[in-house]
Amino acid sequence: MTLEVKDLRFSYKDNRVLKGVDLSAGAGQCVFVLGENGAGKTTLFRCLLGLLAGYTGEIHIDGTDAANMSSREIARKIAYIPQAHTPVFNYTVFETVLMGTNVLTAGLRTPGKLERETTEQMLEQMNIPHLGERGFAEISGGEQQLALIARALAQKSRILIMDEPTANLDYGNQFRVMRHIRQLARDGYLVILSTHNPEHALLYSDMVLVLKEGKAMVYGEPGKILNQDLIKSVYGISVELQTVRAPWGDVPVFIPHVE
Amino acid sequence: MKAEKGRIYIAAFAVIFAAVFILSFAIGKYPVAPGELLRVLFGKITGAAKTWTDEAELVIFRIRMPRLLAGAMIGAGLSTAGAAYQGLFRNPLVSPDVLGASAGAGFGAAVAIYLGLGYTLISTAAFVCGIAAVATAYLVSAKARRSQTLGMVLAGIMISSLFSSGTSFIKLIADPNNTLPSITFWLMGSISSVREDRLIWAAVPILGGMLVLIALRWKLNILTTGEDEARSMGINTKLMRAVVVCAATLITSASVAISGLIGWVGLVIPHFARMLVGYDYRVMMPVSMLMGASFMVLVDDLARSLTTVEIPLGILTAFVGAPFFLYLILDRGRRV
Repeated sequence: MTLEVKDLRFSYKDNRVLKGVDLSAGAGQCVFVLGENGAGKTTLFRCLLGLLAGYTGEIHIDGTDAANMSSREIARKIAYIPQAHTPVFNYTVFETVLMGTNVLTAGLRTPGKLERETTEQMLEQMNIPHLGERGFAEISGGEQQLALIARALAQKSRILIMDEPTANLDYGNQFRVMRHIRQLARDGYLVILSTHNPEHALLYSDMVLVLKEGKAMVYGEPGKILNQDLIKSVYGISVELQTVRAPWGDVPVFIPHVE
Repeated sequence: MKAEKGRIYIAAFAVIFAAVFILSFAIGKYPVAPGELLRVLFGKITGAAKTWTDEAELVIFRIRMPRLLAGAMIGAGLSTAGAAYQGLFRNPLVSPDVLGASAGAGFGAAVAIYLGLGYTLISTAAFVCGIAAVATAYLVSAKARRSQTLGMVLAGIMISSLFSSGTSFIKLIADPNNTLPSITFWLMGSISSVREDRLIWAAVPILGGMLVLIALRWKLNILTTGEDEARSMGINTKLMRAVVVCAATLITSASVAISGLIGWVGLVIPHFARMLVGYDYRVMMPVSMLMGASFMVLVDDLARSLTTVEIPLGILTAFVGAPFFLYLILDRGRRV
């Protein structure tokens, strides 16, 4: 399973949002997309998901040109995990996850025993089977994010796209969710996520894509590209990259310059 | 909700509806007791010897049956359409006439009454104008740049007020001695004059629309997550929006065409259903349908029995609907 993006460009009317993005990733990788607000992260994701028509350049999913795929076909390959949010209607967590099985059922069929079992498995995998009958709006932000990941897994697509999965989460939940995400990559999923936290990229990414003003500034392994200069040029602040020795090994961290 | 539990709810509301329907034969100027009703129905089906009066047969088949069927069908249809629209527009305060179906149909009927046309032509004009109003709103919103659903609601409001002012103008120039009262009464909604030929005429769009919406009940859940998420889960949102709007418009226009304007049902019943059985459309939609049918038959029972003259249905449904709406606002205010 592979995802190849070549010279992707997109404009909303006269506003050029993506001005040439290249990306190449495969199974088992966790790709972090960094960039300031308005750099084009969300637009890139919407193009990958087939939600925006009229881009130029190429997106190949498993060697097939995404431009020739229906939204249903793309949904079988790529699942989308939005930021945790309050839904309009307060479905139970089980019902929410069950919705993910939609691409697996043909035509107007409603989910049956097989889909309910898939749903239970995915709740199990995210360690939230006890939340099944709770309302989605009543669980914590971290639990909501895990439920949305379970919904994406129920879709049985091997590429997962996550829009800032740790935004709005408290400190502990950020790490709990990140650990689940890294485990998914180890299980063979291709995970692509955006974040505003370069420290998470240091700790959990296999590849990092940095967007600046709609262009892919750099794409590579975190150890090779994430450094003081990059942070300075993307976010405009000074940091120091250091490796800290902890009981569980060496951990790279950015230390902000405090005046 | 577990599947078996959902089935029990649906079965329970089906039983309630059946009971309401049968008991309603006993309400009105010529009451038919449930025992007598079942005896007549059973006799008719088996072809047994006639043990009942001609009068009873006439009341059952020519007067009460069409009226009860019309009430049930309109209540079920408007509730189903309302539930579908609330999901489509991701807004629990939307009713089936949000795109202008009722305002358009009301205008069509007012013009037809003003011109002195017969009942069939009044219904046809209402039906056609209801569809035309929604089609206009839909086509305008298709050009909307960003949010299509918001564009649809805004266009619907504009089209509604356009047709409403058209209706007001017709009332202004109508003869105050005969056409004006009949326009006013028609607009207030009533099914007292429904007969079987008109019932069959309206049954095709109403039942057809309901079948389509019921078939889409599971997909409607996914549509409520919003455009991007629904598409990423493999829903063809554009096609689905068009189908839901078509089905709901057929239901609403046909309902208004035979009964006049009956508000509130399509807004309030889906809320009651959600409060009782949760949000899943696979259960909520059939329950809304059965509750809507029972509610409408009951309200019509009141309409023909409370006073010596018929009370228009639109007035009675608002009596129930408005307090409930206020309760919703207060309840929401508390939670915010």
